[in-house]
Amino acid sequence: MMKHIELSEETLDLAKCMAMVEDEYVGGVVTFVGTVRNHSQGQSVVRLEFEAYAKMAISEMDKIATKALEQFEIEHIIIHHRVGSLAIKEIPVIIVAAAAHRKAAFQACEYAIDTLKETVPIWKKEYFENGSHWVSAHP
Amino acid sequence: MNPMTIDILAFGIAKDILGGTITQMEFSPGMKVSHLKKQLTDQYPDFQKLASLRIAVNSEYQEDDFVLNAKDEIAIIPPVAGG
Repeated sequence: MMKHIELSEETLDLAKCMAMVEDEYVGGVVTFVGTVRNHSQGQSVVRLEFEAYAKMAISEMDKIATKALEQFEIEHIIIHHRVGSLAIKEIPVIIVAAAAHRKAAFQACEYAIDTLKETVPIWKKEYFENGSHWVSAHP
Repeated sequence: MNPMTIDILAFGIAKDILGGTITQMEFSPGMKVSHLKKQLTDQYPDFQKLASLRIAVNSEYQEDDFVLNAKDEIAIIPPVAGG
């Protein structure tokens, strides 16, 4: 079993992640790739900025990976998150779950991204043509 | 004697509300997370407008009744938005 966590200022690389989970025992790999879209609530988004409380973000991502390995019948899990300024179409997050059978991989991947959005201390600022705001800050 | 203070780390919108990444808050022995939250919202009412306000102590989320230590690394965690 393998888990790999990364918080990076560099471009995230799905091919690298896929290579990390190559394994004769694995029968299915489920990936979630988050991408920066050009619109939010009817406004045009120019770019996003991600900020993290780095050491806690890494420990919270590690907890998610550990729990996914315990809870689902998966062999490997990778959680990579980007920080810094991202342009439209760039990748803020990659989750990869590899398992002998697909169902566990789907479940683990969904669990990981859903939990990441609730617990990992990373913040996203959307920049519009004229202004910016912190996403989800206000009810 | 000057009152004791602790450094509080702030991220995201909390950084904007406090005007910086590190803010000093008054500290007294036995102080709990709930006391810190009250100090924050009293001094900076904008915290009340947030969808949530959590406190992390030494990189772990802690509940309101958790007792703070002057040597802890304390951080304000406004609503997160990773992914």
